Amino acid sequence: MSDSKSIFIKEATLTSADGEQRQFIRTALGGYYKNRDIYQARYRDWELARDAASLAKWSAVNNLAEVLEKFVAKFEANGGKVHWARDAAEARKIILDLVAKANATAVIKSKCMTTEEIHLNDALEKAGFGVVESDLGEFIQQLRGEAPYHFVFPCMHLKREAISELFTKHLGTAPTDSPEELTMIARRHLRKLYITADVGITGANFLVADTGQISITENEGNARLTAAMPRVHIALSGIEKVINTIDDLTVLLPMLATAGAGQPMTCYNTLYAGPKKPGELDGPEEFHLVLLDNARTQILADPEQRDSLHCIRCGACLNVCPIFKNIGGHAYGTTYQGPIGSVITPHLRGLKDWNHLSGASSLCGACTDACPVRIDLHHHLLQNRRNAAKVVPNLFDRVFHGSFNFVIQRPALFSLGGKVFRKTFGLLKHLPLPYLGTWLKSRDLPAIPQKSFREVWKDSKNV
Amino acid sequence: MSEARKEIMGRIREALKTPSPKPHLKGQSSKVTGKAWLPEVGDTHAETMGLLSDNLAKLKASFHPVENLDQAIALVKDLAQKKNWKNIAYHKNDLVTPVALAIDGNAWAVDDSFSKDKLEAADVGLTSCVSIVAQFGAILVSSETSGGRGLSILPPVHVVIAKADQVVPDLAACFEQINLQFGGKMPSMLSFITGPSRTGDIERILVLGAHGPKELYLILVR
Amino acid sequence: MRVSLFIPCFIDQLTPQVGLATAKVLKKLGQEIEFNSSQTCCGQPSYNSGQWEIAKEGAIRSLEVFKDAEVVVGPSGSCVAMMKKFYPELLHGTKYEAEAKRLSQRTFEFSDFIVSQLKITDVGATLNKKVTYHDGCHALRELRLKEEPRKLLRAVKGLELIETEEAESCCGFGGLFAVKFPMISTAMVQVKAGALARTGADYIVSSDPSCLLQIGGWLSREGKVIRPLHIAELLAMGIDDV
Ligand code: SF4
Repeated sequence: MSDSKSIFIKEATLTSADGEQRQFIRTALGGYYKNRDIYQARYRDWELARDAASLAKWSAVNNLAEVLEKFVAKFEANGGKVHWARDAAEARKIILDLVAKANATAVIKSKCMTTEEIHLNDALEKAGFGVVESDLGEFIQQLRGEAPYHFVFPCMHLKREAISELFTKHLGTAPTDSPEELTMIARRHLRKLYITADVGITGANFLVADTGQISITENEGNARLTAAMPRVHIALSGIEKVINTIDDLTVLLPMLATAGAGQPMTCYNTLYAGPKKPGELDGPEEFHLVLLDNARTQILADPEQRDSLHCIRCGACLNVCPIFKNIGGHAYGTTYQGPIGSVITPHLRGLKDWNHLSGASSLCGACTDACPVRIDLHHHLLQNRRNAAKVVPNLFDRVFHGSFNFVIQRPALFSLGGKVFRKTFGLLKHLPLPYLGTWLKSRDLPAIPQKSFREVWKDSKNV
Repeated sequence: MSEARKEIMGRIREALKTPSPKPHLKGQSSKVTGKAWLPEVGDTHAETMGLLSDNLAKLKASFHPVENLDQAIALVKDLAQKKNWKNIAYHKNDLVTPVALAIDGNAWAVDDSFSKDKLEAADVGLTSCVSIVAQFGAILVSSETSGGRGLSILPPVHVVIAKADQVVPDLAACFEQINLQFGGKMPSMLSFITGPSRTGDIERILVLGAHGPKELYLILVR
Repeated sequence: MRVSLFIPCFIDQLTPQVGLATAKVLKKLGQEIEFNSSQTCCGQPSYNSGQWEIAKEGAIRSLEVFKDAEVVVGPSGSCVAMMKKFYPELLHGTKYEAEAKRLSQRTFEFSDFIVSQLKITDVGATLNKKVTYHDGCHALRELRLKEEPRKLLRAVKGLELIETEEAESCCGFGGLFAVKFPMISTAMVQVKAGALARTGADYIVSSDPSCLLQIGGWLSREGKVIRPLHIAELLAMGIDDV
């Protein structure tokens, strides 16, 4: 068993047994479901809007070379500078060099999962640059020294008491059980940092090819501040975030908000075209964009799963996923949790070590129905299982399914096998058999019938 | 061209040699724009304004349609007094300047002498905007219309003063207008502001004023 | 119509009464019933485990078993989805593709068959019970059946249908998932069956016997009184009561 798999099993076993925490997560998501339903119902047709969003992403991803070239030309014409990174190490190096060149003493960051993917904070700290996360959830997770629990709701697993204690410990503030007061503590703490930071680092939700803008979606205003106050703005984005035209945002912005957070639109949706222009009052003097591949082209090369590059990281698939809700975000051990994480992590970090995530699914399909850009998520999990069976041969599975098939190819043998199973069940249920024993640990089987359907049918020839 | 760029572009071109089928769609239409499927906006002006007012209320933004500039001035003066706004920062504009100066003759026009620290100390930022989208209650500001990037986000209160004819029914119309107005020359920042700053990061409970303004006012002059 | 029964392997061996009820209801509705006893398993366990080459052999076998059937009706959303939806994909590009498509078009889930093919919603049953309905994921999301079973239930005289918010959430069965990741599977059924039990209904009804195996297995272990019941069993019971 790979390390990542045994850690997953260990973690998932612990968290799925924690009924109180699971209930807490479900309660926290309750408001989201309610609001999502309200705002989805306002669409004239949510399903057709999903078609439109899906096609917008499909046409960009399937013409990625042209669309990306167009975007880069426009972005640079707007005065920004593009950097290309083949992998995480190259992206880290580019950003570290930029930060060093800016003579930065302080760096402020707004929420960006791609920076988590390349472990940027670690690298910045090792190089001696202080970096502070400004999104409230990320700020809390940074203080805890813990990865985000959910890539949209980073600290949704924490109760207010834990956050209050954390703030008392690190910021010396008085304990409080008010989410409002806790938010204000963070607000006050971070405010000065926007002003003093030399470099602001953000992500990007969309790269708009026809205008050369980057679009950032958020609720708190921290990304706005991060891109307004520091002298240098560095944005990091995967190459797949590009879209053809600014008009595509007509569906993408509201759908991202509604699917992901149950909002009509998020509070701030901001388009940046270059650094501060002549005549403008404030804004960064330099605007850098780092375009990251890091195995995205590998997903692109798989036409079957290419649509997973449509992902707009809304988090809807996590919010509806019974696996996520019952094991929590940390058990995955990945940057991207939930269904989309289980689909793409094998591409990003290797099928051999990460295929267990595709196995850990009942394939219920709730994710696929929730996805605003129609990624065929649960079928991709199935394809990952098939691919894994090819590259990581599993002897037990081969023998088990090989023998099962031998039996089902022979009705008489199947019938006999079933009979033997039923007659000896009284004995079998006490044996530590694989699968059967596991089932019986937490669940019963119905009373075992004397006769199978085929036997009864044959006997009666009638009903 | 950098090595990395060449290599990534090469990988992309190679990968796309095998086409992928279109996604499974519900409808038959291959129309990329989804404007027809977004929330209803109504047909009449009254319906649009009703929708705007409704949306702003749900977003917990304060909406004040007024008849003329004098009413706007009176309203903001009153608010300033009640809320004890002292340090007023504003962006010079036909609508905004008279309002700002009426509250305080010494109000600070960020256009004259910009300072980050001074902006940080401001109680309220007064700006104009590009347009207002009734469909979502979103106010579009830009680095041109709203005194740069900071004025509409750093002070704890943001007051937007606009003309009623800046209201557009839906997001599609808004983007159409952006394309028309700015064409190839976009301002360095365009931002849709949809209600006061908020977070749900603690137990998914809504708190206003996470980092941006806690209060948002839209004063719409006929 | 001449209906060829598709009785999934575990119904055959563990819950034969579901198969019998299926036959009984369809017969009552005037259908001619046949059962080809050379059928065994549709191959879904291997398919879901990524063993597609092995699953193909099961699929090809089913094509042979049902090749002369006029229509194939099965009382399991999951196994029907395997035949109707996944066989054509699994056998795509092989010489069996056309036959897989032909089978797909003739195969129906039990409630879907009655409602959309026979155009019947009232099977003439009476049952003075309260029930709550569990949507099996395959029936709901692969076959898009939501209203069909509910139409049948609502037409049963005396029956009260109680809906829950958790009607569409997964029971955690997922085939071998239930025993490969038992801790997650059990946590899922706890949420699901717990919510269904709180409705105070007499029965948890579903068109998917594998979900009922999971839900019923947990309820029985936890000593809850609410009982799992396949929709065919319920309709058959209601017909008896008339
Ligand atoms: S896969 Fe779909 S639902 Fe999941 S985060 Fe991405 S866009 Fe959202």
